[in-house]
Amino acid sequence: MKINPAARARAISSLAPGELKRALAAVPWIKCLVLGLALGFFAVFLLLPLIVVFAEAFRKGLDAYWAAISEPDARAAVWLTLTTVAIALPLNLVFGVAAAWCIAKFEFRGKQLLVTLIDLPFSVSPVVAGLVFVLLFSTQHGWFAPWLQAWDIKIIFAAPGIVLATIFVTFPFVARELIPLMQAQGREEEEAAIVLGARGWQTFWRITLPNVKWGLLYGIILCNARAMGEFGAVSVVSGHIRGQTNTMPLQVEILYNEYSFSAAFAVASLLALLALVTLAVKSWVEWKARQALDFNDDKQDIAP
Amino acid sequence: MRVLFSLRFAASLAALSALTFLAPPVGAEVSLLNVSYDVSRELYKDINPAFAAEWRAKKREAVTLNQSHGGSSKQALSVAAGLEADVITMNQAPDIDILVERGALVAADWRRRFPHESAPYTTVSVFLVRKGNPKGIKDWADLARPGVSVIIPNPKTSGNGRYTYLAAWGQALRKNGDDAAKAREFVAALFKNVPVLDGGGRGATTTFTQRGIGDVLVTFENEAVLIANELGKEAFEVVYPALTIEAAAPVAIVDKVVDKRGTREAATAYLNFLFSPAGQETIARHHFRPRDAAVLAQYAARFPAVRTFTVEGELGGWANVQKTHFADGGIYDQIVERR
Repeated sequence: MKINPAARARAISSLAPGELKRALAAVPWIKCLVLGLALGFFAVFLLLPLIVVFAEAFRKGLDAYWAAISEPDARAAVWLTLTTVAIALPLNLVFGVAAAWCIAKFEFRGKQLLVTLIDLPFSVSPVVAGLVFVLLFSTQHGWFAPWLQAWDIKIIFAAPGIVLATIFVTFPFVARELIPLMQAQGREEEEAAIVLGARGWQTFWRITLPNVKWGLLYGIILCNARAMGEFGAVSVVSGHIRGQTNTMPLQVEILYNEYSFSAAFAVASLLALLALVTLAVKSWVEWKARQALDFNDDKQDIAP
Repeated sequence: MRVLFSLRFAASLAALSALTFLAPPVGAEVSLLNVSYDVSRELYKDINPAFAAEWRAKKREAVTLNQSHGGSSKQALSVAAGLEADVITMNQAPDIDILVERGALVAADWRRRFPHESAPYTTVSVFLVRKGNPKGIKDWADLARPGVSVIIPNPKTSGNGRYTYLAAWGQALRKNGDDAAKAREFVAALFKNVPVLDGGGRGATTTFTQRGIGDVLVTFENEAVLIANELGKEAFEVVYPALTIEAAAPVAIVDKVVDKRGTREAATAYLNFLFSPAGQETIARHHFRPRDAAVLAQYAARFPAVRTFTVEGELGGWANVQKTHFADGGIYDQIVERR
């Protein structure tokens, strides 16, 4: 049972103002303790590292920072990361929506198997995922070696391998976000649309997609964050060619190993910045989703 | 309302996928990929522009040099798996031999293709101690003393660690009149003093310098001097043992790749450049011991004379060492297990 937020708000507002305050203030020291613990934990484990990243990045001044992030290898790494995300994201979006749609709205043989397979990338270590791609696509001893050699196609140790590895590790995000949502919504609206004469695509674009829009955006954002930050799987298939197959996380490691600590933190700060933007967009999406929900609730209240 | 929403939504998705088709500009006439070991990064950062300038002057053709660095055995395995290296520049011969065995990527006679067994420079295993040498570490015997903590990279995964192990073994052999049992006792005592085995040379450096673990780091001369210069002469000191191992850094052309890409000429010129006076001078500037006698004399102050031995000369060659010491269940495994 889901509690209607509007109903909850009505229940709370029906309390006398004094009563509510007293109920919340009953055990003030516990409240303070819990709040203090949460804030302390937050400061030490989340805020402090973030501050350290930016402090280290700017330690040698703005000029050094700018030099570090405008260096050709760093620019290539940023570019590769963004390109990878730009390819992996739309593909995972399409796969994710298709998979979630099938699973939530239809009954078919092997459905449980598909659900399990979708979770596979979450349970497999990224390093193993990377090695799998090496074994498959190695031009020397991989399964497809003769074919890859005949057509002179490079997959691992090149951008395609990095994109593949990224797609693999980020595959579940969109589907996992959508499946419970679509299942909860059921099939009634689609069935109604069909009865009213809508065709399959029409139903999908006008009913199914708008219904899961915010959940979908949320999944995309999570997928995006992971795709930009992925290290393990990408490291295995990258080959670490400077200026060509190093993504931003790999570039950070390289710079750090070269004693270029402030340059490493400069690139890391770019990654952190991208993460912060992602986080801001995520909060905005959540806020919008809540608004949309309240809007729907109000509609239902007015015209039942 | 909903139609409008989904339309806008579809449009933004389309814009996102349009990004996909943009690609960074590429274009150079010849490009070479040099796959190398972990701590040669700084060297090739200087070698590459110098070679590119020479090639342009001679051939009127631009050459792009790409670098890939990592733990040496891992790098060799990447090349074996299809990383298209035109040349490989390693710190131990087994990492090139493995490419002869796997898929015949490198010709079996690679040692005879370039001067000095195809090794343009050497380095030696030395000690780096904390300033003032508080534990009084002078020679190998001091590393096996109780209460001394020694940092060494893992000999199984790192050429650097392998040379350290072999240096300890070889000097103990010579000290004890080739008595293998005594050498084994000494090396076992030394490895008892090793608290962490890092995967590669740089990892061990970070453990010693950044995490502050250990009294002494055993590593290559070039790395030790680089640390002392980069991270502060007031913090560390280099100590040369009386006898140590000479580590030759071999280079080779990856025949299968250069034939396929048509880059044999440029790759050969690139490796030859390492043996040229200009290349040798750059090598010396990065604290690797050059082969060229004139350059070595010029930089003599940087390279204190030290008695050395080699794997080929003293220990019966790499194939033998590999079999008796580092194979699964070999002497190294037995020593470490008994710890």
